[in-house]
Amino acid sequence: MKLLEIEHLKKSFGSLEVLQDISLSVEEGEVVSILGPSGSGKSTLLRCATLLETMDGGKLAYCGDCICENNAYGQSVYVSKKERQRIQSRFGLVFQNFNLFPHYSVLKNLTDAPIHVQKRNKEEVYAEAMELLKKMGLQDKADYYPCQLSGGQQQRVAIARALAMNPQMLFFDEPTSALDPELTVEILRVLRQLAEEKMTMVIVTHEIDFARHVSDRVIFMDGGRIVEQGRPEEIIDHPSNDRTRAFLQKIQR
Amino acid sequence: MDILSIVTQLGSGMLSTLSIFFLTLLFSLPLGLLVCFGRMSNWRPFRKLSKDSSSGKLVSGLANFRPVQWLIKIYISIMRGTPLMLQLFVVFYAPYYVFGISINSSFRFYAVLIGFSLNYAAYFAEIYRSGIQSIPVGQYEASSVLGYSRAQTFCKIIFPQMVKRVVPAVTNEVITLVKDTSLAFAIAYQEMFTTAKQIAAAETSIMPLFVAGVFYYIFNFVVAFVMERVEKKLDYYQ
Ligand SMILES: Nc1ncnc2c1ncn2[C@@H]1O[C@H](COP(=O)(O)OP(=O)(O)O)[C@@H](O)[C@H]1O
Ligand SMILES: [Mg+2]
Repeated sequence: MKLLEIEHLKKSFGSLEVLQDISLSVEEGEVVSILGPSGSGKSTLLRCATLLETMDGGKLAYCGDCICENNAYGQSVYVSKKERQRIQSRFGLVFQNFNLFPHYSVLKNLTDAPIHVQKRNKEEVYAEAMELLKKMGLQDKADYYPCQLSGGQQQRVAIARALAMNPQMLFFDEPTSALDPELTVEILRVLRQLAEEKMTMVIVTHEIDFARHVSDRVIFMDGGRIVEQGRPEEIIDHPSNDRTRAFLQKIQR
Repeated sequence: MDILSIVTQLGSGMLSTLSIFFLTLLFSLPLGLLVCFGRMSNWRPFRKLSKDSSSGKLVSGLANFRPVQWLIKIYISIMRGTPLMLQLFVVFYAPYYVFGISINSSFRFYAVLIGFSLNYAAYFAEIYRSGIQSIPVGQYEASSVLGYSRAQTFCKIIFPQMVKRVVPAVTNEVITLVKDTSLAFAIAYQEMFTTAKQIAAAETSIMPLFVAGVFYYIFNFVVAFVMERVEKKLDYYQ
């Protein structure tokens, strides 16, 4: 089943066309890595998909439920706020700089939205949150505040916070870019584990090795377009496009 | 004249000073939040005008016109740009000179409260605004992705972080307020400073003014102590 469908997405900031005609669909259980030079529009793509930006043109749907669709003039028209809120809980986003709530304890970071947004049963949410923390190796950190944790631990809390909403898929925007190399490893380990559990994920990353070994599909973006996509071996080891080749050479050195 | 009898005579003035202080805070702290919302309001009633492009400067200016923000900006600039004493005069005399309503002397107290509250709300609003604007945009984005409504985002995520950020600046204002209460003498309201001056004149002694000074100092010492505790209390994160 197609969890995410994006068709002919267009997005400009003023006169700058940041995304030009992006089409992308993600199957249930699929792990997709997005590579590309900085400024190529990767973050903007994730932000459009997670409703942090509004699309100028194109269609966006989760599990066949439309969030926006083109009108006769090729402009995106969004569904009602209520409908958006309903679909919102199907996906989660993990940021490069975590964006944890600093005034909430780790446990409250995980449980507040499920309890007050999704209105789920408190005991159930707490039990699930403790499970998630255990899975992230943070069971003894439930009462800590984010500022008392290392960057890697904070990012694991952020991943757990996204998972606590029981989303069908997760987006990651350079989840390891703010971390030291030794902390990067612990985040990649978590992502690999999630991939093994068949969590549907779209990951923007510069970790080429990780992308090759963990993802089912690699997308290379440049200049607001998808330049090339396919199986990781094809794209990373035998890129057909010059720009992909140049980018990979630069990053692998 | 001994200190004890001075203190007794100043007693009711002290109570008045305290009540101006606490009531002004009680009104101006929340009012400041309301003013802050107005100052940050992006409501543009004529926005639709510039939809069909190629509109002139005047039209696009009108389309960007934010009436609430504009009004609040004027209000804040008047409150900050003119002396508080003058504002007290205006509040006290305006009902009579502008509207012809006769005022009795109990109105002095309300005039002091209204004047102080309006003035301090303007300052608090600007402090709140800088606090809100200093919160990283990532906090809003995380809240949005987690599905919090706008109201929830403000109440649960933004407001508590704002409070922590503004405590030092609010402390400054509160300490200024303690001293500003003495301005109520301008409209002859009987707070402690007015009383002290009267006793000093009657007894030809500097002692009453000295006692008043000590009172303000101790008052502020307590305020600073309390605010420090508040700051400590909020120290549990970052
Ligand atoms: N809010 C914004 N306003 C204006 N320009 C933006 C905004 N966000 C991103 N951009 C521009 O869009 C382009 C793509 O940015 P981004 O999606 O962050 O790229 P990437 O994540 O691939 O580095 C950049 O040129 C950036 O300057
Ligand atoms: Mg980016």
